[in-house]
Amino acid sequence: MKGTRKTGLIFFPAFDWAISPTHPEREERLLYTQDQVFEEGLLDFDNITEFKPGLATIEDINRIHVCVPDAQSVITESHLISAGGAITAADVVMQGKVDNAFALVRPPGHHAMRIVHGARGFCNINIEAIMIEHIRKKYGHRRVAVVDTDCHHGDGTQDIYWHDPDTLYISIHQDGRTLYPGSGFIEEFGGPNALGYTINIPLPPHTSQEGFLYTLDNLILPILDDYKPDLIINSAGQDNHYTDPITNMNFTAQGYAILNEKLSPHIAVLEGGYSIESALPYVNAGIILAMAGIDYSSVMEPDYDPEAIRQSPQITRYIEQEVKEIYQLWKDRGTKKAEITEGAGYLRRRRGIYYDTDNIEEDQIETIRICEDCGGLLTIDSRASTGNRVFAVIIPGQSCPACRKKGEQFFESIDRGTYDHVYFQDRDRDIYQVK
Amino acid sequence: MILGIDVGGTHTDAVLLDGLIVRKKAKVPTNHEQLLDSLLAVTEEIFSDLGPDVLERVVLSTTMSTNAIVQGTVSPVGMIVAAGPGISPDFLRINDHTHIVSGYANHRGIIVSPVRDEEIDRVVSLIKDAGIDHLGIVGKFSTRNPGIETNIADRTADRFRHVSLGHRMSGNLNFPRRIATTYLNAAVWDIYNSFVNNINRFVSRFDGGYPIYILKADGGTFEIAQSVKCPVQTILSGPAASIMGILSLTECGEDAIALDIGGTTTDIAIFAGGVPLLEPLGVTIEGHKTLIRGLRTRSIGIGGDSRVRCEDGTIIIGPERAGPAAAFGGPAATPTDAMIVLNLAEIGDREKAVAAIDGISHKTGLSMVETAQAIYDSACEKITAAVQAMIREINNEPVYTVHELLEGKTIEPTALYVVGGPAEAMAPRLGELLRCRSEIPEHAEVANAIGAALARTTTELTILADTEQGVLTIVEEGIQIRIDSGFDREKAREVCREHLEKRAISMGARKDEIEIEITEDQSFNMVRGYFTAGKNIRIKGQVKPGLIAGLRKGTEA
Repeated sequence: MKGTRKTGLIFFPAFDWAISPTHPEREERLLYTQDQVFEEGLLDFDNITEFKPGLATIEDINRIHVCVPDAQSVITESHLISAGGAITAADVVMQGKVDNAFALVRPPGHHAMRIVHGARGFCNINIEAIMIEHIRKKYGHRRVAVVDTDCHHGDGTQDIYWHDPDTLYISIHQDGRTLYPGSGFIEEFGGPNALGYTINIPLPPHTSQEGFLYTLDNLILPILDDYKPDLIINSAGQDNHYTDPITNMNFTAQGYAILNEKLSPHIAVLEGGYSIESALPYVNAGIILAMAGIDYSSVMEPDYDPEAIRQSPQITRYIEQEVKEIYQLWKDRGTKKAEITEGAGYLRRRRGIYYDTDNIEEDQIETIRICEDCGGLLTIDSRASTGNRVFAVIIPGQSCPACRKKGEQFFESIDRGTYDHVYFQDRDRDIYQVK
Repeated sequence: MILGIDVGGTHTDAVLLDGLIVRKKAKVPTNHEQLLDSLLAVTEEIFSDLGPDVLERVVLSTTMSTNAIVQGTVSPVGMIVAAGPGISPDFLRINDHTHIVSGYANHRGIIVSPVRDEEIDRVVSLIKDAGIDHLGIVGKFSTRNPGIETNIADRTADRFRHVSLGHRMSGNLNFPRRIATTYLNAAVWDIYNSFVNNINRFVSRFDGGYPIYILKADGGTFEIAQSVKCPVQTILSGPAASIMGILSLTECGEDAIALDIGGTTTDIAIFAGGVPLLEPLGVTIEGHKTLIRGLRTRSIGIGGDSRVRCEDGTIIIGPERAGPAAAFGGPAATPTDAMIVLNLAEIGDREKAVAAIDGISHKTGLSMVETAQAIYDSACEKITAAVQAMIREINNEPVYTVHELLEGKTIEPTALYVVGGPAEAMAPRLGELLRCRSEIPEHAEVANAIGAALARTTTELTILADTEQGVLTIVEEGIQIRIDSGFDREKAREVCREHLEKRAISMGARKDEIEIEITEDQSFNMVRGYFTAGKNIRIKGQVKPGLIAGLRKGTEA
């Protein structure tokens, strides 16, 4: 049995790990997916190879996150395996063992932001971001595009790459006015130094295959054509499915397969998706076949009825309009950036972040140095309802000498004062220090 | 006493064992046309001065089914495949008589779409019109619910000489493999039955009354009457015989490597704590990936008779065999000739060996002896590399729980057992390269027949319980029974043990020697909404491959 592309599969269902016994993120989540993958014999295809996940390290986490008080206290072993699975997927692709790879692992990560006080949206650490920075560390700098097809806005990944023009983050999700985490609006368009490199595409509830694929063809693929990334990563949440219990979209297994065939990601990493019995087995089988270039036309949910989930003409019109608007915004990103940054030395934003899984509130002040030459020196002052208050100095990847020098001096001179910890993260030199 | 016979491709070997003591051994060429003659010839030698009345059991290992598959002399089979959604039907057509029909169960064994009688009738007519007498029926997820397969069987069975059902082949998931296994079972059914008839005629010449067993690919046995139901289990039992032989002839209780170095190939097997490892899903034969439980073996194209040549200064060994070693009149230099030159073996015509190696040394730019050494080293290194690759593969096998991943149990062999012609010459060097103590078991030349003789009856069983549906499935038996919502893992294990024991006895095991091992034991809470709707319990048990109780070197009284 043959396909056209060599695909690596990292399958780690963590059959002995759950957030809690009845939580959607529980042992049973990938059970039926495993059944389907095994029963279809997908691992017997000559061009599909299964790899055992490696373990991510604390250094891998500290390269991109600032965990409070430290990484060990915000994760379990299962997080190291799911991040390790994503890293293994990246390694087998980067080393040319396969053409693409799918990390079908749990727990997920795309709601985990740069600062981590606890779990949000079932996520503790951002497994894609950890993977991307592993790639850059091990294989050299790469321009990366993350296309997040989870139904929930990937606010964690957005946060981490908000200031990074070398990581294009595109999220397609259910409108934040109707779903957790309540963000991901068109206006969230990237930080001042990276304006345009965060693209949010909120879709109305009940969007069907037609709407998703229209957005892909008319917005996501054209933007990727413009951006020309070295690597495309699919943050492959599966909760846009019409049977998902915690969302309101009408996407299908066929749709997910077509999307992955067209998007042709180098690496796909599983995110959410909680219709564990009616959707995941079929969506995952479809994605694996599509990535491997094998006929997926017979993959279908048992109760699939296209009429029952057809998208209304109003939704179609709404999406067409929105796609046009966002593409224009993307085209205008250079002029918009000039308007915002003109004359500014530093820009500051203050926001509240809620950790729903762990019920923690965080108050964050983020200051970015306006820079034409790199993502810009970043500092974060963060106070959480746990009582922890920390400060972080972050020198971005591909940093310019000015931002680096200022960051180093700043960390050198800063007094711990009222902060519990002061962190210094230097991605280029892979340095992580704590005062 | 036990009579073990291995009907191999080249030789038929027999041993008569009294406990672990080899009373007699014999070797005759296999006559494939007149198998009975080989069996008679070899037993005549065995019983030259003993009567067959001393026998308590006879165990046979046969390549009949294997050869039929390899040589394509199997019967045509009609296949009815109830595919459901999933991979394209194009991947499921195993022959021109495969018909994809509607009806399927899902991963929980819920029948989503039923069989359509008129469709089955139409397909059966097509198969019958093609003059086919053997039928295979396979449904997707039939191991979760055999209903679709049995429904089709009920409607079709009386029109065929034999019908093989997918869920009876194995409890494991893998639809394409289930199709291949069912197909092969139906395809070898006639040939295997005629073999069994031969055997029955053969034993009827002696005083019967002792049971006759057949060796399976997993290194276990089953009674001949049972083997007729599932002949496909007997394929690839040849390597299994040698491996079980090595197990019985050594005191292997550790992680170990077993090598059978033959003329053309070297077979590699791995023991974990003295137990031979099985293929994770099933053996592969002639490109067919199956669900047939079998010992995990790798075969590489290097043996004593492999053709040696030199290209651009590089010595290349095998994978083909041009004939016997030059020392035995063969056409080309071989590793055996190199070993003769190096005085590691004293066989054949040394002068011919020297001449053959000398012929190669002109191209290698080395002296004749150096060339022989290089050939020998290269053969040992190639085998070592293959062994190491196999161990690496085993140690990198994916696991699906945090516990297993962090525990990271790995195979680290400390012993090497070698059988086959070049065993003596190669074992010490291979032991060095693999950093293992090397050993050549006694009676290595009939290890296969000894292995067959001493192998115990093996079987496995899968139990699935779904308390939301209130159904328990005993997969390989095709039984479904009602259970209540209080059914739990403990009870599932009990059911597994009880039915596994019954199954083992029906296969020919003696009650006192059944050692049951639970190999998979999982229970998942099925949560729908925020409430637990039931439990999904999955238990697998096996009688693992091993030797008949007490019959193992170092354990005899």
